[in-house]
Amino acid sequence: MGLEAKLKQDGFFTSTVDALVAWARKSAVWPMPMGISCCAIEMMASGDPRYDIARFGSEVMRFTPRQSDCMIVAGTVTYKMSHVVKKIYDQMPAPKWVIAMGACTSSGGMYRSYPVVQGIDQFMPVDIYLAGCPPRPDNLLNALMQIQEKIGRTKARDFQDRPLPELPVIQNN
Amino acid sequence: MDLKELVTYKLKEKFPEVEFDITDYKEQLAVTFDKKNIVNVASFLKDDPDLQFKLCEDVTAIDWARRKNRFAVVYHIFSLKLNSRIRLKSDVDESDLSVDSVAFVWKTADWHERETYDMYGIIFNNHPDFRRMYMPEEFEYYPLRKDFPLMGIPGSLPLPKKDE
Ligand code: SF4
Repeated sequence: MGLEAKLKQDGFFTSTVDALVAWARKSAVWPMPMGISCCAIEMMASGDPRYDIARFGSEVMRFTPRQSDCMIVAGTVTYKMSHVVKKIYDQMPAPKWVIAMGACTSSGGMYRSYPVVQGIDQFMPVDIYLAGCPPRPDNLLNALMQIQEKIGRTKARDFQDRPLPELPVIQNN
Repeated sequence: MDLKELVTYKLKEKFPEVEFDITDYKEQLAVTFDKKNIVNVASFLKDDPDLQFKLCEDVTAIDWARRKNRFAVVYHIFSLKLNSRIRLKSDVDESDLSVDSVAFVWKTADWHERETYDMYGIIFNNHPDFRRMYMPEEFEYYPLRKDFPLMGIPGSLPLPKKDE
């Protein structure tokens, strides 16, 4: 029986707080578009009306890490850039998830050479590795659905009482 | 007078004491000479009214690995007046990697020279802003040298620390 039908009939339904919170969380994953190179173009394409990432509640691409909970790392991460990616990841409030979009981000891809990090999991956690060079937008949407599935399985207490990590003090001079 | 004759004539006339090796390969003209004359030759080629090589398209280097003079710096310059480009080359030995900068002649040479320094370790004297171009400033190696491994030297480029 669908939710609407049940509500019309009985006027109430039962659930757990965990399930409700997880449902709310997974239905509005706000991505942090960390577009570094060519994969970012496909990431933009998934936001357009044809692929329409809004169908999955993720149309709010936040260009500030403080307001987002899923980082889409789309592009070649060089050693020089890795510090920036990590700094932005650290600024995102927990709970947070990471999609490593494309071959470069997942494994260095075709850049098997000295300046490119051979997989961003060397310095930050990754939830989904997304194959393709670049992955098609549908593939990104699939990754997003996987993330949603993962979020749907979480319990509210999974995120409680976790000590905040100490952030390094960065001096600007 | 074709380009080779013109350039040869002009250079010989202006710099009788400098030894020029002017070669022609697949209709590309290359002028090889001693590196200490680079600024004079460059400004002459740029400012001479008949030549006007006003555009410096690229500065790079070659690592010959086993040759006596291990490196060569290469300048690609273009003349809008003649609609043709020539290549200037100077040998640089490993014992003295310095070359005078031409960034004051062609402004574009500024970044090209920084890139050449970054990738080959050629030192450009009197450069206005001599820093690395791509690699982090504290990096100790020169990646396009033949003795640099493709996958780099482990630990030479720091990664951020992983949590947990
Ligand atoms: S995986 Fe391919 S498309 Fe994506 S950033 Fe790398 S090279 Fe570009």
